[in-house]
Amino acid sequence: MRRATWLVPTLYIIFLMLPIYWLLNMSFKTTNEILGTFSLWPQRFTLENYITIFTDPTWYMGYVNSLIYVTINTLLSVSVALPAAYAFSRYSFIGDKHLFFWLLTNRMAPAAVFALPIFQLYSAVGLFDTHLAVALAHTLFNIPLAVWILEGFMSGVPKELDDTAYVDGYSFGRFFVRIFIPTIAAGIGVAAFFCFMFSWVELLLAKTLTAVEAKPIAATMTRTASTSGYELGLLAAAGSLTLVPGAVVVYFVRNYIAKGFALGRV
Amino acid sequence: MNKTVNQKAWFFVLPVLALVAFNAIIPLMTVVNYSLQETFGDNVFFWAGTQWFQDVLGSERFHAALGRQLLFTFTILVIEIPLGVAIALAMPRTGPWVSVCLVMMALPLLIPWNVVGAMWNIFALPDIGLLGHTLNALGWDYNFTRNPGDAWMTVILMDVWHWTSLVVLLAYAGLVSIPDAYYQAAKIDGARPWAIFRYIQLPKMKRVLTIAILLRFMDSFNIYTEPFVLTGGGPGNSTTLLSIDLVKVALGQFDLGPAAAMSLIYFLIILLFSWIFYAVMTRNEEW
Amino acid sequence: MAKITLEHLRHSYMANPPTEADWALRRLDIVWDDGGAYALLGPSGCGKTTLLNIVSGLLKPTEGRVLFDDRDVTDLPPDQRQIAQVFQFPVIYDTMTVYGNLAFPLRNRNVPEKEVDQRVRQIADMLDLTGRLDSRASGLTADGKQKISLGRGLVRSDVNVIMFDEPLTVIDPHLKWVLRSKLKELHQEVGRTMIYVTHDQTEALTFADQVVVMNLGEVVQVGTPVELFERPEHTFVGHFIGSPGMNVLPCELANGGASIDGHRVAVANASALKQADGALEIGIRPEFVSFADEGLPVNVVKVSDAGRYRIVDTRLGDHSIKLLVSEGETVPSERAYLRFDPERTRVYCDSRVMT
Repeated sequence: MRRATWLVPTLYIIFLMLPIYWLLNMSFKTTNEILGTFSLWPQRFTLENYITIFTDPTWYMGYVNSLIYVTINTLLSVSVALPAAYAFSRYSFIGDKHLFFWLLTNRMAPAAVFALPIFQLYSAVGLFDTHLAVALAHTLFNIPLAVWILEGFMSGVPKELDDTAYVDGYSFGRFFVRIFIPTIAAGIGVAAFFCFMFSWVELLLAKTLTAVEAKPIAATMTRTASTSGYELGLLAAAGSLTLVPGAVVVYFVRNYIAKGFALGRV
Repeated sequence: MNKTVNQKAWFFVLPVLALVAFNAIIPLMTVVNYSLQETFGDNVFFWAGTQWFQDVLGSERFHAALGRQLLFTFTILVIEIPLGVAIALAMPRTGPWVSVCLVMMALPLLIPWNVVGAMWNIFALPDIGLLGHTLNALGWDYNFTRNPGDAWMTVILMDVWHWTSLVVLLAYAGLVSIPDAYYQAAKIDGARPWAIFRYIQLPKMKRVLTIAILLRFMDSFNIYTEPFVLTGGGPGNSTTLLSIDLVKVALGQFDLGPAAAMSLIYFLIILLFSWIFYAVMTRNEEW
Repeated sequence: MAKITLEHLRHSYMANPPTEADWALRRLDIVWDDGGAYALLGPSGCGKTTLLNIVSGLLKPTEGRVLFDDRDVTDLPPDQRQIAQVFQFPVIYDTMTVYGNLAFPLRNRNVPEKEVDQRVRQIADMLDLTGRLDSRASGLTADGKQKISLGRGLVRSDVNVIMFDEPLTVIDPHLKWVLRSKLKELHQEVGRTMIYVTHDQTEALTFADQVVVMNLGEVVQVGTPVELFERPEHTFVGHFIGSPGMNVLPCELANGGASIDGHRVAVANASALKQADGALEIGIRPEFVSFADEGLPVNVVKVSDAGRYRIVDTRLGDHSIKLLVSEGETVPSERAYLRFDPERTRVYCDSRVMT
């Protein structure tokens, strides 16, 4: 029986790869071929869809926009979450437990609930259709997550480290930057990964807050689908390209992803 | 860990507080505001009291959407949690295949949600999709755009595809954190695989499984983009989950009051369920 | 119950160990008699845990055989060897009660419930756990948990050997000796073979009738605590056991005797010196060094008080020699002469005692 256990993950991975394969398969077909014939692999292999995307600014700027706001969001979320997580892991202060729980409730907030009021809010402060707007809006669910993960990692670091540093004459700032941050580098990596991930995959808020200038790739796709008919090949190619950043990032943190959530406290 | 009492720690939390409050409290207040008023456009509002709440809570449509939502969440939890645990148990613990498994399994989690919907759409279409085409070739009259049952099955299958990996990753993290000595002691004590699972692995996974169930519960209640792109909530209203219904009301019909009241009820339901679940799971640390 | 024989054991964690240093166990032949209390003593990484896991069946040796009485068990899994093991960190089944934990190994072996109950109560009584039988095992302190791990071994009547892998690591210092004397007492009570792995000489010497000292994957000496102290067969044993450890000084041969920097030293194994072929050293424990009117001329460097005696640090040229001086006795302030007890002074060749 033990010999057959490899079968379970293998079958699961095959199941995971099937839709992805189908997407890739279609991205190398022309729309005519997709609609005309059913075939397991491209009969007339074409890179045309990809060429369109890389030459048309309305397409490739979508990627650039997405990457810009995802990066801003990740940097912002992690950098403000660091001191907060430190406070939660090291100090007790009035309302700390309630605050922590309240932060987590924002992770539960349905984006659909907030989409409209957030749209009004960002329009009112003049940030509508900027990268910053999306980056800021995504902190709603990414900051709680980052605080949660970082707090878990920090609590694993003995408090004696802090005390030793102070005894050795470090100021708080120098200790935090020179000693503490390198110590929890893995935790920062994991938190950054999850921030990247959730900002990259979210669409509802990103789409609501942008029109032209900062429109994410995912939104470009939905609009193309409706305006220029059903350009399936192009859609598939654009979709395939959205897999790339995720795949690259996950490869770098592969040894830590599993650990990230496990260390957070409930 | 013994924590120092230090009220100045509030300063560390301030930036987080400011950002989250900006994104959460102001919009939440806006929602509360709308939920209590009536508007005929032009920014003229009238006090509506709890009218919208009564309307929403009494409406057939909300009940139906909530019912579908609960069925959906229940179904995916029942499938994804045991499946995720089973896969994590079967995964190798060491060796080169670990990384391969983890990277491949994490992939669906990193795909933008509308791409997930679009991908499953073209994967499941009866004429050009691999799944739809194959099922029809096997003699099943499968069409998720026409048949509510098929649509349900496809939405569930898509969610299982999309999120089971999260459960796998968490369960796996719990499993690898069990020291070898536990397995060795169990071997020496003559425990059979079931006993090892029941008395060692399951108790040690309890914490990560709590997180997994909470996350899957919250996220499945919030799900919008993927089923919207896949089925648009149809055919009919058959796959219109709470979020989809809410957006239909808010943006489609621009009924701000009812939409806001619905939002609040919806948010409170999530909070309530999560809190109950959390309280039950952590009531006695020993399971 | 059985006699345990380890025959020509070698083990490496690599498939094809390229050098001798890649063997976790280099070559081992040991016989442990039934009912004895043994200790495996050595520094971290000396291979003692590897050896333990080979005996318990968690590891299969690369070469050699493990015999229980005359039965070859080398290929048997742990559950068929009738052994019990207490690990470094308490292993308990969190969700069960203390009773459930103790009953677990018996229930897994389909022992009738009536007998289970009787055994569990008997063992709980021995371990002073009777009052806690119905509480959750996870609520106990570390020493309580270690008792449960031990209890799971004791309940079984078929156990050949109980093994302890540094069982006191996580126990509070003031409870260590309580648990240690409990172990000793239990050994006398149940008469099972017990093998105790540790890097702590006090634990090994107080628990065991016979101690196996290991270093770098090899057994360096097997003996009673007294033998290890008075007649170390290897400079490592001299160093590792005793506090402070044995003085080891390079020496040379002169006129058929041993001398240090030209100073002649009388030794117990002088007759063996003829065959000397390798690096020679003299080993003498600080306990057997004393001040005298003549002998080795040294400088007193430091005196530290250790309670009932003082440790005096002296220098002979570049070599440091320590000696113990009881309270009351005066210590010369600078220049002094040392005398080595000839009966306790031995010459070692390539670290091994010459015979």
